[in-house]
Amino acid sequence: MPEAEARKKLLLCLLTLGLLAAACGDDDSSGGGELEASAPVDISGTTVTLMTHDSFYVSDSVFEAFTAETGATVELLQVGDAGTMVSEAILTKDAPLADVLFGIDNTFLQRGLDADLFDAYASSNLSGVFPELVLDDQNRVTPIDFGDVCINYWIDALPEGAEPPMSLEDLTDPVFADEVVVQSPESSSPGLAFLLATINGTDDWEQYWADLVANGVSVTAGWEDAYYGEFTAGGGDRSIVVSYASSPPAEVIFADPPVEVAPTGVLLDSCFRQIEFAGILAGTDNRAGAEALIDFMLTPTYQEDVPLNMFVFPALEAAALPSEFVEFASVAEDPQIIAPADIEANRDTWVERWVEIVLG
Amino acid sequence: MADPMLQVREAEVRFGELRAVRAVDLDLAAGERLALLGPSGCGKSSLLRAIAGLEPLAAGSIFVDGEPIGHLPPERRPFGLMFQDHALFPHRTVGQNVEFGLRMDGIDPAPRTARVGELLELVGLAGFERRAVTTLSGGEAQRVALARALAPGPRVLLLDEPLGSLDRHLRDRLIGELPEVLDATGTAAIHVTHDHDEAFALGDRVGVMEGGRLHQTGPPGEVWAAPRSLTVARVLGHTNVVDGPDGVVVWRPDAATVVNADEADTVEAVVERVHFRGVDHDVRLRTTDGRSLRFVLAAAPALGERVQLRIDPARVIRFGD
Amino acid sequence: MNQRARIGRRAIGGAVLVVVPAVFIAVFFGYPIATVLWRGLGGGGGETFFDLAESSRQRDIVWFTLWQAVASTALTLVVGLPAASIVARLPPRRQRLVRALVTVPFVLPTVLVAGAFTEVFAVTGLDEGALRLRHTVWAILIAHVFFNYAVVVRTVGAFWSGLDHRMEEAARSLGATAWAAFREVTLPRLRPAIASAAAIVFLFSFTSFGVVLILGGPRRATLETEIYRQAVTRTDLETAAALAVVQLVAVLALVVVSTRLERRRPIVGRGARLSRRAASPVWRWVNLGIGFVLLGGPIGVLVERSFSTGDGYGFDHYRALAERAPQLPAPATTALANSIVFAVTATAMAVLVGLLASLVVVHGRRGLARVFDLGLTLPLGTSAVTIGFGMLIALDESPLDLRTSWWIIPIAHALVGVPFVVRTMVPVLRAIDPALHEAAGVLGASPARARREIDLPIGLRGLVVGAGFAFAVSLGEFGATSFLPRRPENLTAPVALFRLLSTPGDLLRGQAMALAVVLMVLVAAAVLVIESARGSDEGVF
Repeated sequence: MPEAEARKKLLLCLLTLGLLAAACGDDDSSGGGELEASAPVDISGTTVTLMTHDSFYVSDSVFEAFTAETGATVELLQVGDAGTMVSEAILTKDAPLADVLFGIDNTFLQRGLDADLFDAYASSNLSGVFPELVLDDQNRVTPIDFGDVCINYWIDALPEGAEPPMSLEDLTDPVFADEVVVQSPESSSPGLAFLLATINGTDDWEQYWADLVANGVSVTAGWEDAYYGEFTAGGGDRSIVVSYASSPPAEVIFADPPVEVAPTGVLLDSCFRQIEFAGILAGTDNRAGAEALIDFMLTPTYQEDVPLNMFVFPALEAAALPSEFVEFASVAEDPQIIAPADIEANRDTWVERWVEIVLG
Repeated sequence: MADPMLQVREAEVRFGELRAVRAVDLDLAAGERLALLGPSGCGKSSLLRAIAGLEPLAAGSIFVDGEPIGHLPPERRPFGLMFQDHALFPHRTVGQNVEFGLRMDGIDPAPRTARVGELLELVGLAGFERRAVTTLSGGEAQRVALARALAPGPRVLLLDEPLGSLDRHLRDRLIGELPEVLDATGTAAIHVTHDHDEAFALGDRVGVMEGGRLHQTGPPGEVWAAPRSLTVARVLGHTNVVDGPDGVVVWRPDAATVVNADEADTVEAVVERVHFRGVDHDVRLRTTDGRSLRFVLAAAPALGERVQLRIDPARVIRFGD
Repeated sequence: MNQRARIGRRAIGGAVLVVVPAVFIAVFFGYPIATVLWRGLGGGGGETFFDLAESSRQRDIVWFTLWQAVASTALTLVVGLPAASIVARLPPRRQRLVRALVTVPFVLPTVLVAGAFTEVFAVTGLDEGALRLRHTVWAILIAHVFFNYAVVVRTVGAFWSGLDHRMEEAARSLGATAWAAFREVTLPRLRPAIASAAAIVFLFSFTSFGVVLILGGPRRATLETEIYRQAVTRTDLETAAALAVVQLVAVLALVVVSTRLERRRPIVGRGARLSRRAASPVWRWVNLGIGFVLLGGPIGVLVERSFSTGDGYGFDHYRALAERAPQLPAPATTALANSIVFAVTATAMAVLVGLLASLVVVHGRRGLARVFDLGLTLPLGTSAVTIGFGMLIALDESPLDLRTSWWIIPIAHALVGVPFVVRTMVPVLRAIDPALHEAAGVLGASPARARREIDLPIGLRGLVVGAGFAFAVSLGEFGATSFLPRRPENLTAPVALFRLLSTPGDLLRGQAMALAVVLMVLVAAAVLVIESARGSDEGVF
């Protein structure tokens, strides 16, 4: 019967329109790149998923404190290393795996920003962070911690009579011939950081690397085979390696048998600052929870737990450092820094040039 | 034996704890054919393989023309080998199989071809050079194996039950032909078998093995008529083991004649089975005290018939010399 | 039961056989791979391939991948064939033990092995000066031999010991030396087994990742490491996808060749055992020596390091495994337990899928069987990066959104385990005498019933072997697992190992060694189970 059919069709249209309206209505509130005032929202009972890399660890008590405070639980998702994590976040951005991404650092930052991975958020705790760490003025990401990639040297293994190297240029000195091992920027994050340090810290970085090659520098694919393969720490015969500013305290903490003094020293002139950021993934359905988590990650509770677990330095100025860090770690006052946009724009060219000079 | 060509002294072969061959002494003259007879597991194959060099000798020595060869690997020993299932190389033709040993000896192609032709003719397979091995019948394959083994001119041909997989007809034919071929090439042979008919047909001498030991050697007639022990007698096929007043004796299968009931010193028995064999009959009987006997009789008694048997004392085998 | 119902049951049974494995592979392998390729190539179209072809670096990479695989295969054969000949002559129980021992390296995680080799080179002074092995192609080749030794020894050794050796004896008696007999008689007969083993070794060397990355150093790149570099470091999915296509095509070709060679293998016959005399003691000891040094060296180094504490030797590192090291979200023992649970689950899945697939391969219609044979072996040679990324992109909608679920890891492991199950079961099933089926048919059994009554009990042993491999491989799986998002409590042992190796400090290093040794023991146990389940031996593995 035509009349009944027509009415059915009308009903369907109305229903559809209604659903569409509801759906469109929802979109507005999930935020698309706007700054939101962090109004206290009740997130108790919800889950906030934090996506990070395999090197992430904080003590259980830290996230328990978060739950005690907000009632929300934190669920962790770990994926490979920082590069893998960023790649996968970009790949899945239409159906994000988590609410917050942590672990994107300044060398990958621009890539994440260009891919519109994040929704901006200015945490109220941002004011307590070292100002030079805030690299994105749109606050799409928040700095959480930083670590410096620096030249480490094994004090007692340096060549007879040689003074510890004090500048990048010193590494090309013949007294350190065949003493240096670095990682390839193609396959290693510290390797890339050191390359960037030399680009920023020398007048002619291409010549510098040519000199290093002439001085017998060795190159490995990853940090492990440099540090534990060729460097003194693993029984190798090179006394100078690219590692982290936090490596000397780590050597003390994990020494077997225990030691009083750090066996390694750091060449501060060579340090490249790596800052790790957290950001709210665009398309998350727990915006309030994500914001609360980022706020929490800038509190002393979280920040002071980080050094001994991940061997990086807290971004919060007021956070206290553990004693081993105070005693054995040095933070470069004037580290090498390159703007993320510059890094992203030139990385491929720089790395290719490096390959030609060093491996060619 | 004066100046034997092949001498085996105190040979011993072990498989782990098991002694498969114990303290065996053996002599073989040039051109002579020795049949090693024994049941499965008696060690005859192990002995043969040890002579060939395929099994290590745990003890003892082997001499050819007075020279020790026990240390030589198989390829340096002057022996040929034939198996039960020919073991021809499937990826090569008949001709290539037969010439294999000649190739290993470094003989030039022309003389090789000639020799191959010679041998194939000898075994009755002239013209078979190009045939694929997989197209041969069982009998043909064994002949090719024989030709192959003889081509390099070994001093001794070692045969490991080579007729076992052939049907009756072929076996009988080869039993006839094998000695001719061996004589034609002047090759001595050691022939291992569990079949005593085969052993008697193919051996100038028969050696009886049991339990790893060589118990007795001699011409077939001698050994058969006068086995040195009950074990040997059994291996040779004697089945009529009887307790006599002076110990155990064996009645030869040809020791009995059927006689009239009223003669003295007879053995009474019931006929249980009669096998017609063309020329004679293989008769199985059972005596009144339950003993099973087996005789060869010219005339066949009826099944179930009660007969009287006279045993010829000359055909009773006694032991204990 | 009436005719129609019975036919209906048969049809359903047949359908189940085909559908379950097909769906599993299509959903968890085919769909993700296709998505990656589509996403990567869809944008650039064919242009990416032109760019690849033009780039001399990429051409070099393809060339290097090829020739190092060829060299690895040749070297493994040269080292492994003599060992196979020796193993084939051993008495059965010792044979099983030796086969188990050489199989342990095969299933070890590459992270572990690469680290051990680096250690060995340092200890033996082979990493400096004239005899420098560090970061050379030789290091890669040697490590490949280490891993794939077992393939040659098992495949060829098993086949060899099953051959009728009276032909060799005949050859020897005809004047051939041991070497001539081998060359003229044995080698032609061994060809199918050698070819089969070579194809597998080539496949593994071609797709090798960890070994090339760590031992080859920054100068060497293969297709696999390049795919990783393009996808992860440069987020250049188009180039990565194009490379993945090149790799897939090559692997497909290899798998086709290898499965075809498999089929030509003759059914082993009974016959004389290998002559005990044949191997001279010098030959035997030299080969045993090579095997011992090659396989035992790196393992020995690992074991030694695991016990060496700051003040002498002790169990400290092992005890520390029960506590949580700062680098790990859970104690190493938890990681081990997780790995075992994952492995059991993955094995169960792999066995189910693999068993059904094997039945299709052996009994199905020719076209279908071929597709199954190829399709189910492909995951073995596919880049872990491609699989991991593919799963992430493809499985992003319900009901398939398993990306963050616990199940994604055992599924990924099962993907790698299924080919092992199939490759072990198919030859076993193929070797079943069709006369048995005929006899069963005459006695009233339907084909399906006959399969159940005959194939299954006989195939069971093959199944245990395949399951053992799937289990061992899952225990050591690192590649795909590290690309998939994981909750910290689901930490697996290989990932924990990698983490421990990534921070300075002797304590952590020692713990890493201890964890490596425990993992190795677990793997070895799985392998021993495999070996004790085998009777005599068909199958590639």
